[in-house]
Amino acid sequence: MSEPQWNWVLEESIPSSLDAGHRTIDQLLNALTQWGWDGRDFFHVQMAIEEAMVNAIKHGNKESPDKSVAVSFRIGGNSVWMQLTDQGDGFNPNALPDPTDEEHLDQPHGRGVMLIRELMTTVAYNERGNQVTMHKVRSSDD
Amino acid sequence: MAGKRRIVVSDIGEVSVVRFIDRKIVDSANIEEMGEELFSVVEKDKRRFVLLNFDGVEFLSSAALNKLILLDRKAKAAGGKLKLCGLRPEIMEVFTITRLDRVFQIKKTEADGIEAFGL
Repeated sequence: MSEPQWNWVLEESIPSSLDAGHRTIDQLLNALTQWGWDGRDFFHVQMAIEEAMVNAIKHGNKESPDKSVAVSFRIGGNSVWMQLTDQGDGFNPNALPDPTDEEHLDQPHGRGVMLIRELMTTVAYNERGNQVTMHKVRSSDD
Repeated sequence: MAGKRRIVVSDIGEVSVVRFIDRKIVDSANIEEMGEELFSVVEKDKRRFVLLNFDGVEFLSSAALNKLILLDRKAKAAGGKLKLCGLRPEIMEVFTITRLDRVFQIKKTEADGIEAFGL
């Protein structure tokens, strides 16, 4: 987190439901709009957080009512920082098959993690694989 | 083609042009419904030439992409052809990154898409 001053911060724990996830994403997207994000950068953040949220709630917590997702969002003048921590067993993002391999191209798996990696400036997972931290620096031409 | 809530299908000659109701294809229940409706165009309505027009669609998640991949498989299995058109640049970028632009034939406009069937 290189930005010393964040314009907007959201920290909350949400239940493992996609409805709750989307309500939280909407808060982020509304704040991004308010701080002047649009175009490709806005789309990239929207895509990354959507995929990460679905991963945390569906694949991590398996939509269990006993589990929650810790959400942390920060918007600065030049970047957005997002972290999701689920209560699942975690996964190894490097062990997923490459969805762009010719033999996997028509398989419906692995695209979310790949899109997050491609669209964010930096992405990191903790060792257990139940926490993803994403940072997007705004492009200068947007 | 009554009873479809997520898509609108209109036949232009032999081509069924599909448009999407949702600007953001993101809600999982809606994606499931959209998938079933898309599959029925190929499987129930037996349409062989299907053009998906994404004009007006601002966002779609990888769960929605997966439905398109399954639809492509079903269309091919039925001896049909599926093409896409009207993708905004940000969504086109998603297809390019994931190399799905090699799975689907993607045209700029609806007219280009219809013409590409060569009927």
